Amino acid sequence: MIYREAGQYKTTYLNDSQIFPIAQDRVAVALLLVVAFVAIPLFATPYIFSGILIPFLILALATLGLNILTGYAGQISLGTAAFMAVGAFASYNFMLRVPGMPVLLAFVLGGICAALVGILFGLPSLRIRGFYLAASTLATQFFVVWCLTKVPWFTNNSSSGVITAQQVEILGFKFETPQQKYLLVLAVVAVMALLAKNMVRSTVGRSWMAVRDMDVAAEVIGFRIMKSKLTAFAVSSFYCGVAGALYAFCYLGTVEPEAYNLDLSFRILFMVIIGGLGSILGSFLGAGFIVLLPIFLSVVVHYTGLPNSVTSNLELMVFGALIIFFLIVEPHGLARLWQIGKEKLRLWPFPH
Amino acid sequence: MTDARKIGDVILKVDNISLRFGGVKALTDISFDVREHEIRAIIGPNGAGKSSMLNVINGVYTPQEGTITFHGEVRQDMDTHQAAENGIARTFQNIALFTGMTVLDNIMTGRNLKIKSTFIEQAFWFGRARREEIENRKKVEEIIDFLQLQSVRKTPVARLPYGIKKRVELARALAAEPTMLLLDEPMAGMNVEEKQDMCRFVLDTNDQFGTTIVLIEHDMGVVMDISDRVVVLDYGKKIGDGTPNEVRNNPDVIKAYLGAH
Ligand SMILES: Nc1ncnc2c1ncn2[C@@H]1O[C@H](COP(=O)(O)OP(=O)(O)OP(=O)(O)O)[C@@H](O)[C@H]1O
Ligand SMILES: [Mg+2]
Repeated sequence: MIYREAGQYKTTYLNDSQIFPIAQDRVAVALLLVVAFVAIPLFATPYIFSGILIPFLILALATLGLNILTGYAGQISLGTAAFMAVGAFASYNFMLRVPGMPVLLAFVLGGICAALVGILFGLPSLRIRGFYLAASTLATQFFVVWCLTKVPWFTNNSSSGVITAQQVEILGFKFETPQQKYLLVLAVVAVMALLAKNMVRSTVGRSWMAVRDMDVAAEVIGFRIMKSKLTAFAVSSFYCGVAGALYAFCYLGTVEPEAYNLDLSFRILFMVIIGGLGSILGSFLGAGFIVLLPIFLSVVVHYTGLPNSVTSNLELMVFGALIIFFLIVEPHGLARLWQIGKEKLRLWPFPH
Repeated sequence: MTDARKIGDVILKVDNISLRFGGVKALTDISFDVREHEIRAIIGPNGAGKSSMLNVINGVYTPQEGTITFHGEVRQDMDTHQAAENGIARTFQNIALFTGMTVLDNIMTGRNLKIKSTFIEQAFWFGRARREEIENRKKVEEIIDFLQLQSVRKTPVARLPYGIKKRVELARALAAEPTMLLLDEPMAGMNVEEKQDMCRFVLDTNDQFGTTIVLIEHDMGVVMDISDRVVVLDYGKKIGDGTPNEVRNNPDVIKAYLGAH
């Protein structure tokens, strides 16, 4: 009886349409935010910040972006990393070429560039779907990375193709230590997750899901399929673009276009699948899981006395098995398992 | 009540509609009209072209010949979106709900044309976006009450039994506050009790909101009971048109039905 919604009546539709209608959930989220913004910065080590938390948050944001497109709008994409690259290199160039450019604005503009590229490469989705769309997004992936590598302007004529992201500074405050960078990333991700939640509970989100589930009916009701799909591509790519910029500015520091390769796209796709298609919480669970798994496995390998070389192979095997498991058994991923757990808890200890 | 039921002028007229799919003639030279506030049934054996007719009326299919006149405006081809904006809503023969969404969200989609805020306002849950969401939710709750769907409000539609799904689909169509409702076999596959419920909902809709209804139905008892006028199709051709009594006594109709059964 820890988790109960009995006795909590919603007396207005405003109450009922809250993001977390159940009081326990609200408390849990408030606690989580306090832990993330206050407790963790007090206690975590630099390694935990830059080795785990920062990549986790950034990848969760990219996962959220892909989840909007694939989970909510039903459009498959293998080009996530390409949109991240556009966001990163566009932000870099805005910082470089526009004097006095505020860094947050550069991130937003980078996201907008990614959104425009997303719309452009989303156009084929109006005619093709499934496998063919996947192939066309794969082309996006290769084309964008090739473009960034081949056109020296994008990397400011750097001979190696590597760029060094500018110092992040907001209103004179410099974000230098891992802890400071973590707080910045956390704030950006928290705000964007909230905006995503608002979108999926409004008409735009319903238009994505309607087109995903039954496009003829969606059209008959009055949704415009083209608008719905292209907004999904734009919003999704915007999220990926901002994530890509954070990846360069707050995580890697120096980046080459190849950092945003197909491998990264696939990793993010796996995060969506494991976390749960069409779930915002799932995007975080999936990213957390995939970031933590290798660390967890190396600890296991260490304590069981197996040779260290086993770790990476073990990682691949566990990944493979998990993906197959989730695809076949639970396409709604960890998020769904979490929900089932909550439903059980609601009835506990009296299952009937 | 009787006020809304007073049958008015012709609001929809189809003239000489022909529709082919490759070599298949789904509809051949069909003409009929629908009057405001009436319940107009379309009947006919399987494959007669009934569903195709509804698809022509709201623009899912484009006929090769003929015109559609809705509220005085003559068109060669109805545009789906325009049909929705002009107050035409419909249900489908094979339930076409959004299976990944809850009942409430499915019905909310029916109100999408009333929502004017942009996705950016919605992302910020700001002023107009928030207000619209709440106003439209209120309207949707009225429909939920009207169709007695309160207990499944938050259930994902995939988990619902067939009869309730059909009702949710009607709710989604009604959410648009349509002036004309196209129902493709709303009672097919239901048991007697569910059929009675659905019949009542259709009649109540017509009574209370004055909605004009074009209805495809196989159950002759239902058709004879609730419709004002009936069109009969067979092999894509119109073989009868009139009041239930006239149609029942039409020799061509009797032949088509005897031939089919
Ligand atoms: N999209 C389509 N493509 C090809 N042929 C079609 C299509 N839609 C309908 N038809 C054909 O048109 C004819 C009429 O079909 P329609 O679905 O309109 O019949 P119906 O009267 O609704 O039948 P039922 O009672 O079985 O629902 C059939 O021969 C059908 O095969
Ligand atoms: Mg049919």
